[in-house]
Amino acid sequence: MIEGDAELVRLDRVTCSYGGQPVLVNIDLTFTDRQFSGIVGPSGSGKTTLLRVLLGSVRPIAGHVHRAKGLRVGYVPQVEAVNWSFPVTVAECVLMARTSGRVLPWHSKAERAEASEVLSRLGIEELASRHIRELSGGQQQRVFIARALLGRPQLLLMDESTSGVDVRTRHEVLHLLAELHRDGLAIVLTTHDLNGIAAHLPHLVCLNTEVLGQGSPRDVLTPEILERTYGAKMQILEHGGMPIVLDHYEAAHNTVDFRRTGA
Amino acid sequence: MDELLRPFDFEFFRNGLIVATFAGALCGLVGVYVVLKGMSYIGHGLSHAIFGGFAASALLGVNYLLGAGVWGVASALMINRVTRRRLIGADAAIGVITTASFALGLALFALFGRRGRSFDAALFGSILGVSRSDVYAIAGITALVVAVIFFFYRPLLFTTFDPEVAEASGVRTERIDALLMGVLAASILATMQILGVTLIAASLVIPATVARMLTNSFSRMLYLATGIGAFTGFAGMNLSYHLDVQSGPTVVLVGAVLFALAFAFTGSRSLRHTTGRDDGRVALPIGRSDLTQPARDAP
Repeated sequence: MIEGDAELVRLDRVTCSYGGQPVLVNIDLTFTDRQFSGIVGPSGSGKTTLLRVLLGSVRPIAGHVHRAKGLRVGYVPQVEAVNWSFPVTVAECVLMARTSGRVLPWHSKAERAEASEVLSRLGIEELASRHIRELSGGQQQRVFIARALLGRPQLLLMDESTSGVDVRTRHEVLHLLAELHRDGLAIVLTTHDLNGIAAHLPHLVCLNTEVLGQGSPRDVLTPEILERTYGAKMQILEHGGMPIVLDHYEAAHNTVDFRRTGA
Repeated sequence: MDELLRPFDFEFFRNGLIVATFAGALCGLVGVYVVLKGMSYIGHGLSHAIFGGFAASALLGVNYLLGAGVWGVASALMINRVTRRRLIGADAAIGVITTASFALGLALFALFGRRGRSFDAALFGSILGVSRSDVYAIAGITALVVAVIFFFYRPLLFTTFDPEVAEASGVRTERIDALLMGVLAASILATMQILGVTLIAASLVIPATVARMLTNSFSRMLYLATGIGAFTGFAGMNLSYHLDVQSGPTVVLVGAVLFALAFAFTGSRSLRHTTGRDDGRVALPIGRSDLTQPARDAP
C-alpha cells in the first residue's frame, strides 16, 4: 500500500474452507483505490474464493474482512460460467446491473442513457440490440465489463476473464483495463496466464491456499516463489525488462525427451 | 361453422376453454424461467409431487386447491433447498421427493378408494369437472403470478441468467428462487385439473422452447411464450371436444405441432445460431446444459 492511497478492502488473517477443507489460510492482503493486481496460482489454489471474499459472497471462517464504507464492487465472471444461449441482448445484459432501485420491469430513460454511455465508452454501443453470442470474444468481455461498470464500482474484480482468449482479444482487454485503471478504477483479476497477463500488471499476488509472494512481477515471478506456488520448476528469462516464465522440463530416463522428439 | 361453435353452448365447455387458455398462458409464462434455469425436470417432478397432496385433500375432504397447494409449496421449497445442497445430485434428490409424493398419492387412493375429484382427471386432465370456481381460481392465480413476475422482473431475470453475480450485486437469490418455486407450484396446481399431472411439464416446456426459437430477447420471449401457451390451451381444448380426446393430450399435441413448425422454419437457423457457426458449442438451444465456452476468436 502506497502512502496516501485509500484502503478499499483489507483482509486480516482470513481463512476459508469448503466442506472442512481449507481453501484460504491466514490471508493478509490490502487492496487500495489505486490497485491493479493479478492473483496467480494453480487450479484450486483459492483464487476464485479470494475474489468471492473481496466481493462479500463468501464469508471467512476465521479472520476479518474490512471494507471501506459504502464500497461498490463490480464483478466480471469467468466466461465459462456465462450461458451464451440465454436470450439476452447486449443492452438487456448490461442493464441487469440496474436491478435495485426501481421496481418496474422496463428501464427508465435515465437508465438507458447511462447504459448507452457505458457501452459507448467501451466502443460497443452499436451492438446494443445484438444477442450476446453474436459478438467476438473481445466484445463479449466488454459487455460484462460494461455491466460491472454500470454499477459505478470503485473496485472491479475479474475472474479468469481472459482465459482461453486469443492474443488480439487479450491485448484489447488489457488495454481497456489499463485505461479504466488510469481513470481511477481499482482492479483485481485472477489469471493463469503468467506471460500474457500477469507479467504486464503492476502488482501480483502468488497464491496457493496462502500468500506465497506479492509485489511487482520482477519481485514475484522468480523460480523460487513460482516453484513454491505451482510445485513445479520454472525458469525466468528477461525480455525488455519484463520477466518471461518458462516451464523447466527435466528429462528423466523414463520420460520423453521433448526437444529431440519435438513434442 | 355451427358444428365448430356448438360446444360453446355448454357451460362446462366455456369454463373449460377459459381455464385451458389461462392455464396455457400461465404455463407459458412460468415455463420461460423453468426452461432457462434448466428446471424442466423440477417442473415435471413437482407436478407429480402435488398429486400426493391432491389425493390427501380428496380423502380428508379438504378443498383440493388448499390441500394440494400447501403440499405443493412445501414440496417446492424442499426441492429448492435440496437443489442448493451439493452432497447428493439435485436430480436424484428431486426424484426421491417427487416420486415418493406421487407414490403416496397412489397408495392413498388404493387404500381408501377414489373420492372427490376424478382420479383420471388429475392424471390426464379433463374439462368435465371444471366449474365456475375453477375459472375464478385460475384467473386469481394467473393475476397473482403475473403480478409477481411484473414486480420481480429484474431480480428474476438477473437470478435466472447469472445467480452468482446477482447475489454479489445485492439480489437475494435464495429468496428469488423460493419465490419462483412458489409461483411454479401455484401454476401447476391451477392447471392440474385441465392438463393432468403427467402432462403439465410439457405445457411448461413447449411454449417457452418455441418462443426461444423465435427470439433472442428475454422480454419478447416472455410475451411470445405466454401467447403461444394461451393459443395451445384454446386450440387444444377445442380439439379435445371435437376429437373426444382428453384435454391434456390435445393441448400438449397442439404445442408439439407448433414446436415442429417452429423447428422446421427456424431450426437450421437457430441451430447454426446456437452452435455459433464454427465455435464448437454444443447444439442445444436452451438450458444450462450448454454452458460450453465459445471460441474466443469468433468474429
